[in-house]
Amino acid sequence: MTLHAQLVVDRGSFRLDLDLTIAPGQVVALLGPNGAGKTTALRALAGLLPLTSGHIGLDDEVWDRPPASFVSPEHRPIGVVFQDYLLFNRLTALDNVAFGLRARGTPRAQARRRARDWLSTVGLDDHRDARPRALSGGQAQRVALARALATDPGLLLLDEPLAALDASTRVHIRAELGRHLGAYPGHTLLVTHDPLDAMVLADHLVIVEDGAVVQEGPPATVARRPRTDYVAQLVGLNLYRGVAEDTTVVLDAGSGGTLTIAEPATGPVHVAFPPAAVSLHPEHPGGSPRNSWAVTVAGIEQHAHTVRVRLDGTPPVLADVTPATVAELRLTPGMPLHATVKATEITTYPT
Amino acid sequence: MTTRARARRGRLPVVLALPALVGLAFLVVPLAGLLVRAPWSTLGEQLFSGEVGQALTLSLVCASLATLVCLALGVPLAWLLARGDLPGRGVLRALVTVPLVLPPVVGGVALLLVLGRRGIVGQYLDQWFGISLPFTTAGVVLAEAFVAMPFLVISVEGALRGADVRYEEAAATLGASRWLTFRRVTLPSIAPGVVAGTVLCWARALGEFGATITFAGNFPGRTTTMPLAVYLALETDPGAAIVLSIVLLLLSVTVLVSLRDRWIATPT
Repeated sequence: MTLHAQLVVDRGSFRLDLDLTIAPGQVVALLGPNGAGKTTALRALAGLLPLTSGHIGLDDEVWDRPPASFVSPEHRPIGVVFQDYLLFNRLTALDNVAFGLRARGTPRAQARRRARDWLSTVGLDDHRDARPRALSGGQAQRVALARALATDPGLLLLDEPLAALDASTRVHIRAELGRHLGAYPGHTLLVTHDPLDAMVLADHLVIVEDGAVVQEGPPATVARRPRTDYVAQLVGLNLYRGVAEDTTVVLDAGSGGTLTIAEPATGPVHVAFPPAAVSLHPEHPGGSPRNSWAVTVAGIEQHAHTVRVRLDGTPPVLADVTPATVAELRLTPGMPLHATVKATEITTYPT
Repeated sequence: MTTRARARRGRLPVVLALPALVGLAFLVVPLAGLLVRAPWSTLGEQLFSGEVGQALTLSLVCASLATLVCLALGVPLAWLLARGDLPGRGVLRALVTVPLVLPPVVGGVALLLVLGRRGIVGQYLDQWFGISLPFTTAGVVLAEAFVAMPFLVISVEGALRGADVRYEEAAATLGASRWLTFRRVTLPSIAPGVVAGTVLCWARALGEFGATITFAGNFPGRTTTMPLAVYLALETDPGAAIVLSIVLLLLSVTVLVSLRDRWIATPT
């Protein structure tokens, strides 16, 4: 029982074209910037948007294969948690959860019993009779999850399930969602623009930009070896493309410059290193095998306990330094500096 | 700031204030006149007298039946206009609203041409089923429904367009058919619009005159509704006409009060 999909949807000038495979019990995250086509993909899987071409199938069941077959949403074994949850305001939490069971023909008493069980599972025993408006964001999210899971769907679709929560609830609900997804035996697709949600909840990341897959793989691999600037930015790495010969990488014209790496390599490569690996010096440090080049300060931003410094140069680079360093160097925009990175801090991998 | 606002309010230009007052008087004085000239002493007596009581009962029954017809046909029609993927939806919507601006007499004539005993549809109703609609109570209901239905359709369609379609999508992903979704999700969310449309539709049906007298004629006890009775009584028994008018006025005010939140509330 594996979900296979080739999603092709044309919407005016925008074209979504991505392949998706989800194994039972697997959580795949679709990660990408706004407007990348994530929600379009989710709507196509749910049957709320027909495919232009391609196919969607769970095992040997065909859900959508234009122009011949199309199964409407109410006949697909799916559960969807929408971004704003879309709980029915006129029904109690219990009736919201029981709605799918009732719609699929479960007798009332049995549907209510199973809805009660689901509400206990998500820890909302005390809120059975509450209307959605009376629930907090986190509680509403849990009702939405219970409602989606109550019908034992084969495919669970989560559209930015944590986006509507405030930061403090989010950490808690994310962990809880992870637990429920771990217990869920079906296929899960999580759509999100938050890399943290994706990294924590998913087994497999699919990153989309402009309607196409730019990179996919296990979260750890994606985090270590980003392949596009967008992914590098998500996982917080400096990323360059270049051509390697032995331990020297000549970077592409876009960034310019050369870097020295520890392990010999050949051919077109990506090189990546964390901003924390960059040190800044007022003068050329001289006489070491490290990478060192002239830069000027383009911007300074405070992040929790570090300061991120944006530097222009060949190549341009991001550096994370301590507030103490900022004070010591008296960093100001336009100031000339030297950036250094140890060769051993740089990860190199073929493009 | 307050002082300036007050000062500005004090300087209402006469060119506007004078016609405004005349306009207000024009609308209110006739209604007041009705109350002044009412035969208050014999009001109760007249109200339950044969003719007035008969017209009142007939009016209430016919307007209510017409409203039921409008609900049964108009709500699905509104749904079709708001949600259906139809080509030429704009043209359809325009057609539906024609009875709003059409002189009701023309509506009555049109109904006669189609449903009359020699009418395009009416002749078959007569031949095959022995049903003849003109000049019957059923005819009154039809004439009223014809004129009043657009009020309901427009009100319900507006509510449907304002309702969030995503809730219907959520219901579909939970396995609900479109009919179940309509009953359990859409209809509850547009209930205020349906209620407003129903009240408006009922009020319009109750006041219907032109189409009714043309299509259903004037037969006391069968087709003489209140507006018809008012018109006829004016010649023979002005006192009864005033009583009937006051009843209609009261019903209209009741309708307005019941809709005050939607129609008279200051827009915010």
